[in-house]
Amino acid sequence: MKKTLALLLTGILALSLALAGCSSSTSKEKDDGKGGSSEAKGGVLIYGKGGDAVGLDPAIVTDGESFIVTQQIFETLVKYGEDDTEIKPGLAKSWEVSDDAKTYTFKLETGIKFHDGTDFNADAVVKNFQRWAKSKDEGKFAYYASMFGGFEGDEGHVIKEVKAIDASTVEFTLNRPQAPFLKNLAMPTFAIASPDGIEKEGDDFTKNPSGTGPFKFKSWKPGDTIEVVKNDDYWQDGLPKLDGVTFKVIKDNSARLNAAIKGEIDLMDGLNPSDISKVTGDEKLQIFERASMNVGYFAFNVEKAPFDKKEVRQAISHLINKKEIIDNFYEGTAEPAKNPMPPSVSGYNDKIEDYDYDVEKAKELLKKAGLEDGFKMDLWAMPVPRPYMPDGQKVAEAIQASLKQVGIEANIVSYEWAAYLEKVQAGEAQSFMMGWTGDNGDADNFLYTLLDKDNIGSNNYARYANDEVHELLIEAQSTADEAKRNELYGKAQEIIHDEAPWVPLVHSLPQLAGSKTVKGFVPHPTGSQSLVNVSLEN
Amino acid sequence: MLPGFVMEAFQNDRGRFEGPLFKRRVIVLFSYTVRRLGSLIPVLLGMAFIVFMMIRAIPGNPAQVILGQQATEEAVAAMTKELGLDKPWFIQFWDYLSGLLKGDLGVSLKTNSPVSEEIGPYLMATIELALIAMIIAVVIGVNAGIVSAWFQNSWFDYVAMVIALIGLSMPIFWLGLMEQYIISIQWDLLPTTGRDNIRDPVEAITGLYLIDTLMAGRVDQFFEVIKHLILPGIALATIPMAIIARMTRSSMLEVMRSDFIRTARAKGMKMFWVVYKHSFKNALIPVVTVIGLQTGLLLGGAILTENIFGWPGIGTYIYDAILSRDYPVIQSGILVIAFLFVMINLVVDLLYAAIDPRIKYK
Repeated sequence: MKKTLALLLTGILALSLALAGCSSSTSKEKDDGKGGSSEAKGGVLIYGKGGDAVGLDPAIVTDGESFIVTQQIFETLVKYGEDDTEIKPGLAKSWEVSDDAKTYTFKLETGIKFHDGTDFNADAVVKNFQRWAKSKDEGKFAYYASMFGGFEGDEGHVIKEVKAIDASTVEFTLNRPQAPFLKNLAMPTFAIASPDGIEKEGDDFTKNPSGTGPFKFKSWKPGDTIEVVKNDDYWQDGLPKLDGVTFKVIKDNSARLNAAIKGEIDLMDGLNPSDISKVTGDEKLQIFERASMNVGYFAFNVEKAPFDKKEVRQAISHLINKKEIIDNFYEGTAEPAKNPMPPSVSGYNDKIEDYDYDVEKAKELLKKAGLEDGFKMDLWAMPVPRPYMPDGQKVAEAIQASLKQVGIEANIVSYEWAAYLEKVQAGEAQSFMMGWTGDNGDADNFLYTLLDKDNIGSNNYARYANDEVHELLIEAQSTADEAKRNELYGKAQEIIHDEAPWVPLVHSLPQLAGSKTVKGFVPHPTGSQSLVNVSLEN
Repeated sequence: MLPGFVMEAFQNDRGRFEGPLFKRRVIVLFSYTVRRLGSLIPVLLGMAFIVFMMIRAIPGNPAQVILGQQATEEAVAAMTKELGLDKPWFIQFWDYLSGLLKGDLGVSLKTNSPVSEEIGPYLMATIELALIAMIIAVVIGVNAGIVSAWFQNSWFDYVAMVIALIGLSMPIFWLGLMEQYIISIQWDLLPTTGRDNIRDPVEAITGLYLIDTLMAGRVDQFFEVIKHLILPGIALATIPMAIIARMTRSSMLEVMRSDFIRTARAKGMKMFWVVYKHSFKNALIPVVTVIGLQTGLLLGGAILTENIFGWPGIGTYIYDAILSRDYPVIQSGILVIAFLFVMINLVVDLLYAAIDPRIKYK
């Protein structure tokens, strides 16, 4: 009996030794391989992200995980600055705007070819815009419809005509001036795709994309990896520096960081603020901070009592300690918000003085509203982490505790995210937490989209309606002069601040981590960026 | 080759696969299998109906989720129409069913590609992981259970059963992250995430990388794939391993108290053979049942492991679909898993007859 037990144990021991031996010897091999590849010129960058792309046709996708990839394959006529939303030349090397701000004439770069070998020229640009404008398919080209006011023939459609003057000149004629027009064109969704490819591939273009970008699409293992490789005929000399990029999906943020620490991936987004110390403590890793393009806020449904009273909203604005929230739940990776839009967006009114944290003032205001004994309310909190709100439930609890000081009893309500959005949009929530990430880096995309009376039932979840604000925002939409626009937006922010339909909480600063060998990587506030200038160096 | 005792069930007393007994058994098994397969249809239909109704009962409009927070009302309305979600539910269900009968699993609302095309790689990734996990769970779980029963109330018994209890109650995401931190990062033994070395990716042919690498003649990649399977395999195996160990132990204890075991020992038979041959064979039925159920569960329940280990499996596929209200993917994904689950159970039932000739199917 003892003999057999001994035999069994020996067997198990031998097996585990064999396994350990096998794994350690092969892991050494792997280290060698890795060392070799990072010394080589160029190299392939592995980018770890939290979700797979939905599709690779930038015109039809709306999610950031897709744009991170399409930004490498496609390019836009004009592009954003490296870390701001200033407009720079892209496929168009220069442009002129007519005095009435209704005609934009673009001079295109010449000699560029799409990845499928066809020429990029004015015709291709026209065909892309026609594809969107003539589709009248709001389900498919949702971004086009929302940025350019619908489709051809619609009353609100901004673009009247897109015309090729010659092979390298395109003229856009607008129905009415649209101030953020250039910023819209720079959005990754309006990238110019190969008209030939679109025609040939049809609905499969989204799985086999062809653009002018620094990298060409190579392969896609769904839910796992997407490979893009260097475009050897790229029109900018000496670029891209990398031989390719592989995007790898690792859903869990902590697991993704483990992979980065191990060196299996070179760069990752979605670093948990609580994991920052792990990165700074690792001599092989570095942190990248993305400038903020978002706002996380706590809003009132101004149609529902008691939040129809301005004093109540102001009182609560005095009760929320933003600094404490940032320290406790963002680990310092956010800046307090006083306006509905982040400072990186031009038109931001820095003169506004935020409601300070002051319980006495709040009590006074509540007394004025006749609610000095407090009241009961529902506080809706988002169930999932969002870029602007890492932990909605905990922040809601912090707000709940602050409100208790003046006798307001907040009951925290939560739904699964899709249901949450739908119910908040339908005006079911009395007060709620929400947020927004900018699309094109324009003030209009924050103030008009989120707080204009036109958008009640859409993105104006607070159901805030103010005619004065509405007039300012509409005027700003058709003003081409940047300084004048900023003045209008500044004024609108003043009114919104006083009326306090929201308590703007924070502008979060998304953190990324990467190997120290990654050079030239600048995370863009819009959330995705071209990796054309990135290199791997030891 | 099937294990000896399975073959025995079909042999006559001369050890050959022939004669009236063999024929009758084959015919009975065959007709039983056919009837069981027939009874699959109502099961799957009912399943399809329940899932169909359930996902429509949860609030949230797919069109809104697909287009995102930014979308205008008109866009959402247009999308809803395009997706056919404005039709009454019974028409939608009928469309779905008639598609199923033609082998059409529907088209993903999110990516616009056929589910039958999309689901393959995800399913293969999960099957590979689940098989490895079950191998780990069965080998360790069964042996731990047997030895525990053999040396009942010994230190091994206590330790094994405490470990089994811990294994049952340990959160997988925590275990997974700990494995990565200690085994991959601290000890540098195994890779943290993924199915293959991203810098030297496996060319997918069947989707089962263990087979694909061998087909491509890449033995180095084959070992790389095995290394990637170990950590997620262990994480996924903990719960079934614990359940199997406990079930084996209790089943073995029962058998080892029977008279024929006492007789076998009285004959002076070696204890090892008493335990591993005579007792185990008779204790096997409940163990096989549990193994079958657990295998089925792993197919759909690997989602936490998949998330932690960057594993592109079907759990993640369906979970993402639930978040984006991708109805066809949810419906068909769950249907495929349900189908596999029922099939595994059928195999288990057939195994009963092989394991225990006293069990007869009519």
